[in-house]
Amino acid sequence: MRAAQAPVDLHAEQVRKFKLQDFLFHQVTLAFAFLVLAALVGILISLAMEALPVFRESGPAFLWTNVWNVPEDQYGALSAIYGTVVTSIIALVIAVPVSFGIALFLTETCPVWLRRPLGTAIELLAGVPSIIYGIWGLFVFAPLFAAHVQPHLQAALGDVPVIGGWFAGPPIGIGILTAGIVLSLMVIPFVASVMRDVFETVPPALKESAYGVGCTTWEVVIHVVLPYTRVGVIGGIMLGLGRALGETMAVTFVIGNANRIVGSLYAPGTSIASTLANEFGEADPGLHISALFALGLVLFIITFVVLAISRWLIRRSVAKQGR
Amino acid sequence: MQSARFLSKLTAAASATLAGIVFSFSVSASDITGAGATFPAAVYAKWAEAYRQATGKKVNYQAIGSSGGVKQIRAKTVDFGGTDAPLGEADLDAAKLVQVPTVMGGVTLVFNLPGVASGALKLDGPTSADIFRGAIQKWNDPAIARLNPGLKLPDRAITIAHRADGSGTTFVFTHYLAKQSAAFMREVGAGNSVNWPANGIGGKGNAGVATNVQKIAGAIGYVDIADAMLNRMNFVALKNKAGNFIVPSQDAVEAAAAGANFKVKGMAPDLLDQTHKNAWPITSATYILAYEAGANPDRQKGVVEFFTWSLRNGQKMAEDLGFVPLPESVVKMVEAEMKTIR
Repeated sequence: MRAAQAPVDLHAEQVRKFKLQDFLFHQVTLAFAFLVLAALVGILISLAMEALPVFRESGPAFLWTNVWNVPEDQYGALSAIYGTVVTSIIALVIAVPVSFGIALFLTETCPVWLRRPLGTAIELLAGVPSIIYGIWGLFVFAPLFAAHVQPHLQAALGDVPVIGGWFAGPPIGIGILTAGIVLSLMVIPFVASVMRDVFETVPPALKESAYGVGCTTWEVVIHVVLPYTRVGVIGGIMLGLGRALGETMAVTFVIGNANRIVGSLYAPGTSIASTLANEFGEADPGLHISALFALGLVLFIITFVVLAISRWLIRRSVAKQGR
Repeated sequence: MQSARFLSKLTAAASATLAGIVFSFSVSASDITGAGATFPAAVYAKWAEAYRQATGKKVNYQAIGSSGGVKQIRAKTVDFGGTDAPLGEADLDAAKLVQVPTVMGGVTLVFNLPGVASGALKLDGPTSADIFRGAIQKWNDPAIARLNPGLKLPDRAITIAHRADGSGTTFVFTHYLAKQSAAFMREVGAGNSVNWPANGIGGKGNAGVATNVQKIAGAIGYVDIADAMLNRMNFVALKNKAGNFIVPSQDAVEAAAAGANFKVKGMAPDLLDQTHKNAWPITSATYILAYEAGANPDRQKGVVEFFTWSLRNGQKMAEDLGFVPLPESVVKMVEAEMKTIR
């Protein structure tokens, strides 16, 4: 009896040991995961607490008031929100078609020997620190843009109704449009490499059968590749948008840092991130600091909303695909 | 240096706490730390290095900005604080602080007008204020033309190049303009960051403003004299109180200090618009703050020793960096004032 019982005990002990290991493993990973959650909630709470004084002063009107007057202690977020959103939109309007083209070329029509060097170059571009883009934008791009592009754009489009106003004012090379263009360059490598990766996941059999029935490359891309990869493409674009919204240094260099809204895209403006970078160091204690924290909170919420929208788009597109 | 302000701000609290911990065991009692204004950081660093070589004692200065310097000295985390905006008598008394000037500098107007050489453009205070509040929008405005007979001024839009970050340079410059024009004070204001008009463009740090002026034809901006000389920029000849048009130089800043009365609590007389015939109108000094009675007598003595040594031996170093040394008479007063640091 005894001899038979011993191995059973051993076995039970081992099981207990494994169970304990599993339990500990579970707890440790759980703690790590909760660390992220705690950090997120902590940031949110501290931002909200520091932002409280300015919201108490001006209420929710802080969000849509177009004033940033430090000596008078009057603060509104509208000019910074406007700059953030408009530069990001310009960046996406340029970056999405270009990235789409890059990804298509790399996966569909690029000669095999060129694929690797081109792909690596794009990944390298993604690794360039943002301050380099800022310095390049200020010292190289802005003067060229002011001398050779802005006057011609103004001459060509200045009299067109609605759009004309976007290109009004002195062409000084620094402003909302320049910031948007520099941002688009920073976003392209991210969006392009995600698009390329998802395009590569399309099963060759699908594409080949489409080619087999006589489709052109364009038809294959529009009717086979794009529907198959819709989720990934949206994800890539949202990744780019997230980067554009939060970009700080490069934007600070070229946006012109003026806390106001002018209809023209040539005019200097400001973004949330650049306002924070500029003013935090010497901000006066009291409402000024509080207004900067409130701006941080607003950026946090905008980013969150973008993320939520992208999730919703992805879910909707997955549901459609299922049907 | 200024572009690192945001980071320094974020780390200020952390480093202050850390400094407290680290310094309690790893640093000998005679080593001192200071924090504050970025404007004099270059000269303090130079002095600290020379002082270390001469005496073996270490001085550590963190350029976190003037308001940071005042905050840190009030929180008792540093041995001395640096500020470009001097504290008033009431603030000094309330916090039991001693304030003395260390070096002087000036802010200068710089411009970029193709065909107009450095020093050829003349402006006076009220006209400058009208330009910087956006009331004068074109270079051929009659107000500018009246001051510059014979100069061919183009029909070009004026772009104002200003600081995007809060700055002591802006503080000094806007206080000067506010003295010249009530309208400027009302519309733009005076302080570290102000409400610039619509034709303004913000640059980060003195270097950022200098770049914007050099890149944009029709731009006018303000930078400290040292940076303007370093970048070989076009100076505006500015009319001073005595009615002379002055091109900024270290001599013109010294002339402004010569006429000022430093015998006031805090040793911060108004150096703007001095009456000396060669005085540069936009002159300022930078200050340090120390405790009247500190918790650690060794460190208190260290602060006094460091600045006494620097004012005696570091004047040439300051000049080489584009700063203007305090006049001899003021140095004597600073030494007397520092005796109250115990």
